Amino acid sequence: MRIIVLIKQVPESTEVRINPETNTLIREGVKSIINPFDTYALEEGVLIKERLGGTVVVMTMGPPQAREALQDAIALGADEAILLSDRAFAGADTLATSRALAAAVRKLEPYDLIICGKQAIDGDTAQVGPEVAEFLDIPHVTYVRKVRELEPGRAVVERMVEGAVETVEMSLPGLITVVKDINQPRIPSLKGIMKARRATIPVWTPADVGLPEEVVGLRGSPTAVEKVFVPQVERRGEVIEGSPEEVAEVLLSRLQSVGVL
Amino acid sequence: MMADGALSDLIRVLADRCTGCEACVGVCPTGAIEMREGVAWIGDACNLCRACVSTCPAEAIEVAATARAEAAEGRGVWVFVEHRRGQVAPVVYELLGQARGLAETLGTKVSAVLAGEGVASGAGAAADPVAGEGAGPLAAELIARGADEVLVVDDPALADLREEPVATALADLVRERKPEIFLFGATALGRSLAPRLAARLGTGLTADCTGLDIDPGRRILVQTRPAFGGNLMAVVVCPHHRPQMATARPRVFRPLAPDASRRGEVITFPVDGSRLLSRTRLLDYAEEVTEMVKLEDADIIVAGGRGLGGAEHFSLLFELARLLGGAVGASRAAVDAGWIPYYHQVGQTGKTVAPKVYIAVGISGAIQHLAGMSSADVIVAINKNPQAPIFKVANYGIVGDLFAVIPALIEAIKRRRS
Repeated sequence: MRIIVLIKQVPESTEVRINPETNTLIREGVKSIINPFDTYALEEGVLIKERLGGTVVVMTMGPPQAREALQDAIALGADEAILLSDRAFAGADTLATSRALAAAVRKLEPYDLIICGKQAIDGDTAQVGPEVAEFLDIPHVTYVRKVRELEPGRAVVERMVEGAVETVEMSLPGLITVVKDINQPRIPSLKGIMKARRATIPVWTPADVGLPEEVVGLRGSPTAVEKVFVPQVERRGEVIEGSPEEVAEVLLSRLQSVGVL
Repeated sequence: MMADGALSDLIRVLADRCTGCEACVGVCPTGAIEMREGVAWIGDACNLCRACVSTCPAEAIEVAATARAEAAEGRGVWVFVEHRRGQVAPVVYELLGQARGLAETLGTKVSAVLAGEGVASGAGAAADPVAGEGAGPLAAELIARGADEVLVVDDPALADLREEPVATALADLVRERKPEIFLFGATALGRSLAPRLAARLGTGLTADCTGLDIDPGRRILVQTRPAFGGNLMAVVVCPHHRPQMATARPRVFRPLAPDASRRGEVITFPVDGSRLLSRTRLLDYAEEVTEMVKLEDADIIVAGGRGLGGAEHFSLLFELARLLGGAVGASRAAVDAGWIPYYHQVGQTGKTVAPKVYIAVGISGAIQHLAGMSSADVIVAINKNPQAPIFKVANYGIVGDLFAVIPALIEAIKRRRS
């Protein structure tokens, strides 16, 4: 099996906090990590390789320091890594990102399975996986919690949807996005860390993947972020005081008077 | 004079305007901005999110324009109809309600796009205008809920709404009728199908929107969505490509009350089934029978967090939820501690809920948790720590010991009922 895992480097979410006085984000020594959902994608790829043989290629698009995420992925069991990095890729929305990743994946043909995390914790869009599949003209299944069967040309997976589980058969090559129920990612081995240190990671530009600069990055993006702001979630609340019996009575009366009970 | 940053052709600091206030340094989520000789400098960690642009009080940061396409054309607001076993997903009615407002501002129509197998039965002959009550049951309901017309594509290949054949059918319809806006529910299906269609059409798609409005001056859709797990809200536009596509978060927009007197048109489109190929096949659909009331559908949610202190104490919450006819939710802390299964988790990495009442018990209220429940109509917080951030979003706050308050609440409810 030849498996391609698409990952994203993101800021560690716990370090994104709001300063209540200035209402801005506080960062303390910004640390970048592999998007947590992508670690499950990588682990699944490595588990499949260990079971059936083959290779795992990990790929990301990002600034030069995204190389660190790829090294971490090698330490976690990926065999090869490819970095799409060029100033022309910067500012891509999901469409331009997917177009670039798909063009790079084409250079790696033939492959059996592409695995992505269900979404990135910074953008939360969950769109890049299905869009890559469409650009590559392969089937995809999102929110996969289990790969039940896998053989050349065919897979059966379990997919989580609202209040139910679907069992879906798909032809391969195909793409899945995975949820965190699928496995428990390992910690890097010493051998893996040594391998990551020695790894050579090729850097591909738009020209390397055969795309003109106008269709990638900011210039290839139909959508634009016009404004970013910190949400105001505060409500003017009433504090209910008294003994447990008193607060219980007052709360029930309040809920009944606003018509929600 | 321009500061020479790493992406200076895409984003730049106008050094003569920069006052050195450092507001941008604090707001940058990737830490790409530093001060050099008193002027902001943007390094190559920048992902062009524009948080700095909207923060800068001196308007000293500029971003280049995005992709241009052929002159944008198209009219009409479309809503994709997600359905299963004859039941329309509630988010469809919410979107139809919102679409009505958008269409009225634009002076155009709302179209419900109904694809599937057997959905046209009784829906009227092709292009034959019929009254809402004469249409098939699904189409009639869609009209009563705000659609001016129902566009129907019916073929056995569209059973189970598999992404590939539905995307093919929708792409054909879009190319023929040219809508300006196409909305999907941000459900498992919507978030899987819409990106497939957007990539095929080469247009923009904005995920999981919580705000959809029209900028009448530019005649464009202004899409607001949470990012960074709800820490930031982003306003996204798709100025030059049509249709402007968005998935919208369920339970954010209000459906219209059904109005059986509304009239609309049902138009059935012929389709060449041999083109509707699917390389995925649904083998089984198994509902999870884990809760009496599904968390997402519950009007009342009683949710527990770290303050519960152990799995055994969740029985208190289950008893309260049962009395109220509600469901039990949990914070990530409680789930990670193994006190309650993951499918109860509410928040950024769990479920998004919007009940009438959300009772947060022993939950501190991390922003990731608030992201999943802050659109509840009424929030009640019970926590012994008066500083807990949950109190900032609560309509009613009780500072106290949950192990005293919850039993008292249970007794009070029982007393009222007896």
